[in-house]
Amino acid sequence: MICIKNISKQFGKLIVLKEVSASFNACECIALIGPNGSGKTTLIKSVLGMVVPDSGTIFFKGMNIKNDWMYRANIGYMPQIGRYPDNMTIGQVIDMMKDIRRSIAALDEDLFEAFNMKNLLGKRMRTLSGGTRQKVSACLAFLFNPEVLILDEPTAGLDPVSSEILKQKIEKEKQKGKLVIITSHILSELDELATEVVYMQEGVLRFHQSVEQLHEETGEKKLAKAISKIMNNPLEA
Amino acid sequence: MKKIIKYVIADILRNKIVLAYTLCLFVFSFSIFNLEDNTSKGLLGLLNIILIIVPLISIIFSAIYVYNSAEFIELLVSQPLLRKQIWISLFSGLTVSLVVAFLLGVAIPVCIYEPTAVGLTILIVGVLLTIIFIAIAMLATLLTRDKAKGIGIVILLWLCFSLLFDGLVLFLEFQFADYPMEKIMIGISMLNPIDLGRILVLLKMDVSALMGYTGAVFKNFFGTSWGFASSILVMLIWIFVPVVISIVRFNKKDM
Repeated sequence: MICIKNISKQFGKLIVLKEVSASFNACECIALIGPNGSGKTTLIKSVLGMVVPDSGTIFFKGMNIKNDWMYRANIGYMPQIGRYPDNMTIGQVIDMMKDIRRSIAALDEDLFEAFNMKNLLGKRMRTLSGGTRQKVSACLAFLFNPEVLILDEPTAGLDPVSSEILKQKIEKEKQKGKLVIITSHILSELDELATEVVYMQEGVLRFHQSVEQLHEETGEKKLAKAISKIMNNPLEA
Repeated sequence: MKKIIKYVIADILRNKIVLAYTLCLFVFSFSIFNLEDNTSKGLLGLLNIILIIVPLISIIFSAIYVYNSAEFIELLVSQPLLRKQIWISLFSGLTVSLVVAFLLGVAIPVCIYEPTAVGLTILIVGVLLTIIFIAIAMLATLLTRDKAKGIGIVILLWLCFSLLFDGLVLFLEFQFADYPMEKIMIGISMLNPIDLGRILVLLKMDVSALMGYTGAVFKNFFGTSWGFASSILVMLIWIFVPVVISIVRFNKKDM
């Protein structure tokens, strides 16, 4: 569904992405992992067209995204740090997004109800805590029933109850045959969700394997252990 | 696109500075016309306000507004919207609110006291200057990510156009007094939208004593109607060029 071909990106002197290629298909749940500053967020933002790569192309359903913008209607994006206009209320932001997307598909308000957002609608964005912002981002990402979900550290800052709600929701959407791309540093929670693992380091895509393959190769059941095993023996990878 | 413009205007109205600006202009214009018994003197006073205050408010307000909308822009860019439309909507929203503010504040007194061609010209100049300085501010904010630096640049630009530029023109005039400088001076005056605005009004007013060096040259060279048309054309170019450059830059901007 998403096909990335040789994209590179440089911010000034800093090389963030080096000739990254990958392809992601429906029904997969991709765990995008790697150390801080390894280019995960930049890769995601390139797919969304928020960052324009210096070279390389990205295809969404076979179409080059370069001069297209409608493809974003099929993507729900939850940013790492949700930034919203300070003096709008939650309700206004959600209404604005509904107004802009004008989605014909039925709205998916599961999370909206699960997080009990109704009581928060009148709150201004600037007064929100980090966790509440995350909830708003999550609601917006799932609201339009997109075919692709891109979640950048979705559970960071969420309380255990909310993060469990979110994980169940992700699982449910995966069952529906959607493509889910998650970045996270909490590998234990990816254990239950991920079907494929993409490991990035210093802007290079180190490996892209299915979880089963990874388990077989390393003999470890836990993702965290498998990854650290691979990282300790870089030649094997 | 209309929707984004609607949200931008609603957002601008919510912070009430534009309303205060309207009120200030309104009070200024009324008091200036009441201070002078001769309305054309009043018009000159008003012209000075328009040439100094209107560009200042437009450029600073737009710059700060664009910086403060960083989150809003970021949110929109990840949505199924064309980047060009986001930027144009932002520009249109600012333009509509500041132009309406200017017209409410100045057009009403002008229509009451001086409903003549000169009054109309002043209004046209005010509107054009408002739009030009919004366009310049938006380009400047796009080129600098740092807020303090960007606003500093914008203030310096205003200072250049409103004060320093006149000094430069005078300097050139004295230094090259022995040479035929008229045509070059016309070219130089095109580099300053505020100067163009002044020439535009004074051409209509026909007070050559106040026209300054470039104005006098302009009148001799073009005659009144050609001078009028060409200076309006150049002012439109002053809007068009920054807007086009900023759209191209915004299309490539990384969020």
